[in-house]
Amino acid sequence: MRKLLLAGALCLFVCASTVRAAEPYKIGAVFAVSGPAALLGEPERNTALMLTDQINAAGGINGHPIELIIEDNEGDEAKAVMKVKKLINDKVAAIIGPTRSGDTMAVIPIVEKAQIPLVSCAAAEDIVKPVKKWVFKTPQSDADAVRRIYEKMKDMKLTKAAIMSGTTGFGTAGREQLKKFALEYGITIVADETYGPKDTDMTAQLTKIKGTDAQAIINWEIIPAQTTVMKNKKQLGMTMPLFQSHGFGNIKYAQDAGDAAEGVLFPCGRLLAVDSLPDTNPQKAVLAKYKKDYEEKFKTDVSTFGGHGYDAYMLVVEALRAVGPDRAKIRDFIENKKGFVGTAGIFNYSAEDHCGLDKNSFEMLTVKNGKIVVAK
Amino acid sequence: MAFRRHLPIMLFGCAAAVLPLALKDPYYLGILVFIGIFSIATMGLNLLMGYAGQISLGHAAFYALGAYATGILTAKYNVHFLPALAAAIIVTAGIAYVIGMACLRLKGHYLAVATLAAGEIVFICLNASVGFTGGPSGLAGIPSIEIGGFSFDSDFKFYYLVWAVFILLFILTANIINSRTGRALRCLHSSEVAAAAMGINVTTLKVQIFVLSAVYAALAGVLYGHSVTFISPQASDLMFSVKLLTMIVVGGMGHLWGGVLGAALLTLLPEALSAFHDYELIIYGSILLVIVMFLPGGLMRGFETLYVTILKKVRGRG
Amino acid sequence: MSLLSQIIQFLFTGLTIGSIYAMVGLGFNIIYNATGIINFAQGEFVMLGGMVMVWLTTAFNLPLPAGFLLSVLIVTCIGAAFERLAIFPLKKPPVLILIIITLAGSIIFKGAAMLLWGKQTYSLPHFSGEEPLHLLGATILPQALWIIGILMAVVALLAFFFNFTIPGKAMRACSVNPVAASLVGINVKRIVLLSFAMSAGIGAAAGIAFTPIVLMEFDRGALLGLKGFCAAVLGGLGNGTGAVIAGLLIGVLESFGAGFISSEYKDAIALGVLLIVLLVRPSGLMGSREAARLKEF
Repeated sequence: MRKLLLAGALCLFVCASTVRAAEPYKIGAVFAVSGPAALLGEPERNTALMLTDQINAAGGINGHPIELIIEDNEGDEAKAVMKVKKLINDKVAAIIGPTRSGDTMAVIPIVEKAQIPLVSCAAAEDIVKPVKKWVFKTPQSDADAVRRIYEKMKDMKLTKAAIMSGTTGFGTAGREQLKKFALEYGITIVADETYGPKDTDMTAQLTKIKGTDAQAIINWEIIPAQTTVMKNKKQLGMTMPLFQSHGFGNIKYAQDAGDAAEGVLFPCGRLLAVDSLPDTNPQKAVLAKYKKDYEEKFKTDVSTFGGHGYDAYMLVVEALRAVGPDRAKIRDFIENKKGFVGTAGIFNYSAEDHCGLDKNSFEMLTVKNGKIVVAK
Repeated sequence: MAFRRHLPIMLFGCAAAVLPLALKDPYYLGILVFIGIFSIATMGLNLLMGYAGQISLGHAAFYALGAYATGILTAKYNVHFLPALAAAIIVTAGIAYVIGMACLRLKGHYLAVATLAAGEIVFICLNASVGFTGGPSGLAGIPSIEIGGFSFDSDFKFYYLVWAVFILLFILTANIINSRTGRALRCLHSSEVAAAAMGINVTTLKVQIFVLSAVYAALAGVLYGHSVTFISPQASDLMFSVKLLTMIVVGGMGHLWGGVLGAALLTLLPEALSAFHDYELIIYGSILLVIVMFLPGGLMRGFETLYVTILKKVRGRG
Repeated sequence: MSLLSQIIQFLFTGLTIGSIYAMVGLGFNIIYNATGIINFAQGEFVMLGGMVMVWLTTAFNLPLPAGFLLSVLIVTCIGAAFERLAIFPLKKPPVLILIIITLAGSIIFKGAAMLLWGKQTYSLPHFSGEEPLHLLGATILPQALWIIGILMAVVALLAFFFNFTIPGKAMRACSVNPVAASLVGINVKRIVLLSFAMSAGIGAAAGIAFTPIVLMEFDRGALLGLKGFCAAVLGGLGNGTGAVIAGLLIGVLESFGAGFISSEYKDAIALGVLLIVLLVRPSGLMGSREAARLKEF
């Protein structure tokens, strides 16, 4: 008995010393966990925490545990700058986040100068166009979402569109892309309306659209205000098809809008419609596992925002596994990474493309009986 | 005499000059840069509120206007920094003059709402004119400040620039307060009627101080824009105006050091509290509440009272 | 859609939103009259009303009328507790300090709501269905009529309270001259407590009525508070009728501005009108010039 105990103790000691011997790998993260973009930042933080637990429980990366340092910038650009400086100071190998496009744009000059890889969870094209040496992003690009919507409109033989967008970075960027590609797809924009991020009513804008000959409405926003558009549209008895952007990637939005969300069409990553995907889809395994793990742990629905966090985090983990905590090597690894299966799609990064996704990463989804499914 | 009056700021300057050598940590240096920028903005607002007794809830607009003016000129039109700075000051002062002339006829809460509305209109315009300002996505790629071939391109250099500007403005402000104008201002604060009766041109004085404080805010904004090299309409948000006002009240209104103290506390506190995650907001609110409830004169007055009490005790014993 | 039906649509949209602004503005006025404070936490009471209602109806399955009354009661108590804890202990504080205290209070309410209910948005079922009513080509939600109705009920109750009850009259006396009021035996401190409780209750009622249309989340309060503040000032601080008219006016202006001019500049249009009115009439639409001079910082 005593021998057994001794052996056990010895074994523990050995294990403990090997763990101590392996330096932890430090990953930094800046998310808008509180503040106006909290709805986006919180699932990202949760995802990063969950993945760290999972990887460390499985023995870390090549024996090195992950030390995750999460900073909350409250969706404030000045704070994002401070937090990134802090993370650089903490000697992290790479940074994931920030959540918002504005926050990302604010920290780009710092990470470029400090030469530290940053994988942003924000969507704006400006982040990776023109290409910045140290900056990558995981969400799909607006232009591809626009293309998917216009293609679908062509299929449906619709040529006149009315645009609704929020006056946020996401909304404005989408609005520009919608206008830019309209001509190419033979679409006429008959109305171009905006609303503020905290606006409570959009009937005025929609009434104006009702007075035009628009055949479809395209609503571009990422924050909860977008649900009001659907509710007001239903209230006004407008029956034309409504397209949403990939910012609709949260089942909560569909639930909040209730009946009004039925039949809404939106291009999005496949995460939300994982149940209706065929088993042959190469992403299905990753998506199903992430969704199951997340919903079991946090007792709340998964969203594409958390998915962007997942992609950014796993990309950095893969890099660490392959090349260790060397910032320059991590950057090179990500830039040359091909066929990385994430939640938003299959990423193929290159020196010219730091987004890594094309329009095939989108699936046209719709809301049917309160559930998000692939549109037929 | 003048020397004695400026002794504290000189000592402060020496301390500020040595500090970065002691902590060459970019994170803390970055925070100190922000504290310096906020201190400059609060100094102007303090002059307006603490000395002239006029409230403004629109100062974030001037802060953003300053940042956008030099930002757009240097980033988009390749103008040199100094001419761009001059343009920024002229533009902000002009807009502040118009707003001041219109709003300063109002008093108390009415003035607060008028300045708030003016500030919000600036915010909305910055958001909506996408072609010029970049809209809500912001304006990126603002170059570092370059004066006579010397580029302030690191936090270390920028720290010295910000605090040098701060000390210069501090001495300037202290001189204004101790001049005829300063006495007129304090008179204005206690009674406008009495001030007018004493032959002070109340309207002109109020507008002058309003414009001056707007220029301080614009200078702070310029420094912010060039230190972060990015600016978005968020900087002209109403909440930022409220934050500046809170800094002054917490630090000590009508006390030149109050603004610095408030800026330092309100910048450092959230950093220190960030470990509390979701509890941060509630703890931050509580600390603010306790300070304001128990030190209504602000931290600066609190320190003074403490100093006087200790002095009395020591003397009483001797 | 004909021009007439568009106009009716814009009008009703504006009146609905305006009713909320008016109720928040009324809350500002009640506290302002009793204390001279602009209560920055006023918008948070609206948020709390909506959130508590969501909580009561989902966690305890309370029926709508019971949930409504209980939520208003709870938020009223929160308002009263806030006054007792943060305002009452101070002796003769400057008004600006009190304003910052309410600002700190609003941060605490927001933080607490975030901790209790998280960051997501919540919705409530409409009071009486979502089937819109049709009026000359315009569509109106029954909930909009509920909101306008609740505003009218609040106005009627306040009118009765201020004109026919002793506490109401005492409150009016306090707003005219607190010192004189205390000389005739009115407990001014108690009036202050009452004012906080009442405006919290009104804010909560507004929040509950509003949630089914717009959804509620922890940080929705600040902007509603701001708009209500504008309504209170535009109407003339301390003037209840003024706040109601100004609130409705701001709502209608925003809606017509968005519909006929530009949705991008709709808030700027409303604020611009506010500025012009203030410049022409420095004490607001219905405020007296003397009252404007009385209370300063």
